[in-house]
Amino acid sequence: MSERASARPPAPILALAALGVAFFVLPFVGLLWRLPWTSLGGVVSRGPVRSALWLSIRCSLAATAFATIVGVPLAWVLARVDFPGRRVVRALCTLSMVLPPVVAGVALFFSFGRAGLFGQYLDRWLGITLPFTTWGVVMAQTFVAMPFLVLTVEASLRQFDTRYEDAARTLGASRWYAFRHVTLPAIRPGLVAGGVLAWARALGEFGATITFAGNFPGTTQTMPMLTYLALQTRPEEALILSLVLIVVSFAVLVGLRERWLGGAADPGLA
Amino acid sequence: MPRRRCFLGLLLTAGLATAACGDSTSDTTGGITVFAAASLTEAFGALGAAFTAEPGGVDVTLSFGGSSDLVAQIDAGAPADVFASADAESMDRLVASHRTAGQPRVFATNRLAILTAPGNPRGITGVAELADPDLVVVTCAAEVPCGAYASELFATAGVTVTARSLEENVKAVATKVTLGEADAGIVYATDVLAAGARAGGVEIPPELNVAAAYPITALAEANDPDTAEAFVDFVLGPQGQSILTSYGFREP
Repeated sequence: MSERASARPPAPILALAALGVAFFVLPFVGLLWRLPWTSLGGVVSRGPVRSALWLSIRCSLAATAFATIVGVPLAWVLARVDFPGRRVVRALCTLSMVLPPVVAGVALFFSFGRAGLFGQYLDRWLGITLPFTTWGVVMAQTFVAMPFLVLTVEASLRQFDTRYEDAARTLGASRWYAFRHVTLPAIRPGLVAGGVLAWARALGEFGATITFAGNFPGTTQTMPMLTYLALQTRPEEALILSLVLIVVSFAVLVGLRERWLGGAADPGLA
Repeated sequence: MPRRRCFLGLLLTAGLATAACGDSTSDTTGGITVFAAASLTEAFGALGAAFTAEPGGVDVTLSFGGSSDLVAQIDAGAPADVFASADAESMDRLVASHRTAGQPRVFATNRLAILTAPGNPRGITGVAELADPDLVVVTCAAEVPCGAYASELFATAGVTVTARSLEENVKAVATKVTLGEADAGIVYATDVLAAGARAGGVEIPPELNVAAAYPITALAEANDPDTAEAFVDFVLGPQGQSILTSYGFREP
């Protein structure tokens, strides 16, 4: 406790931390160094680039929305309801987070593809096909991104003292009112963090998307896919596409910095 | 507790140490690494085995992918000794960046065909029918040789085909068709043969078809240049050529 006065971290810690920073920063330095800045405007205004970017943003936002609508109740059930097999259910619901993305794509393909176990009925009875459509992209992205939101929200709910909710109920609030005005503001940092993680994961999704939804400009060709194809024959373009994705992601992260670091320590104080 | 931590620490260090010295290509076994276009998967698998079975027994490590993807990898420093491409454009890019040893040589030719579900349930007879909007057609992306060939084919045939998906290599196209996701795909004739009973095939007449010339070369930064050249010669020699023919390739 006497070191509090100097407040200087020990050298080995500093060294390792510096290594960590270098590990994260140097790849971006390399990318920015090799970027053909003069072609930036030309590439960004190309039709396929804009449609890929617009598609990526639309689909990732839709995936995040679905993840929130379904994920928050799921997180609530996992946090508050004690049922047999809860651990297994939680593991299954978050499995797609640790799976290699292409494995997730394979699973979706064989279940919901046109010849898939469930997909064949969707196709036959309802005329719905998911592969090669934008909805297929949203589905693949939701599948891999939702666990982030579920886990983060569940953790926030667990930390939140239910006695605040009970107090609101005894004062006459309905369950929904109590949730909306007492619980939700308290878990908001966790919810936002989970939402951002889910959105970022959805935006960067590649393996599951290309396996399940395919690749077609305007319908299913997302930014990561366009970047991958560009790298093969037009590496300068791949650099610029990468920069666009980095800028978009960075803007979101910086914009939400306050919420990210803002404490959830005091529930009830929005 | 301290004992377990010590053990875990040792385990972690050992893991890190061995991870780094996992793959060194410049060791005494004399193996070579061959990068080959996806459409060569089956043929080069057999060629590699035959080459290893020769006296001298050199291991051949094969890596397949879209030719343009492989060129990008080689340009970025991937450790390959030999490169076999599905088109001249990809090979020319390597020649231009001085990654090849000597002049590439054409070792086989291929042509396109239409891959369908087994028994051709949709009754496709030619390229013109692929323009039907109800048919789910997939091709390779234009960046990959088979995609460029497919565009050439459609231009020659004068049809406008809107593919539902542009895959990253020809085997991905074949997979989508054999798994029932797509009704038809533009692949090489050799892929139709390789799919066997899992798919049907429709021939494309020679006057519409493209002639895909496959060049091969040893690479300038090969770890084992002599064995690399020996492999190239093997592919171009009588045994290599007969293996290629048995998989549906034609003479260069």
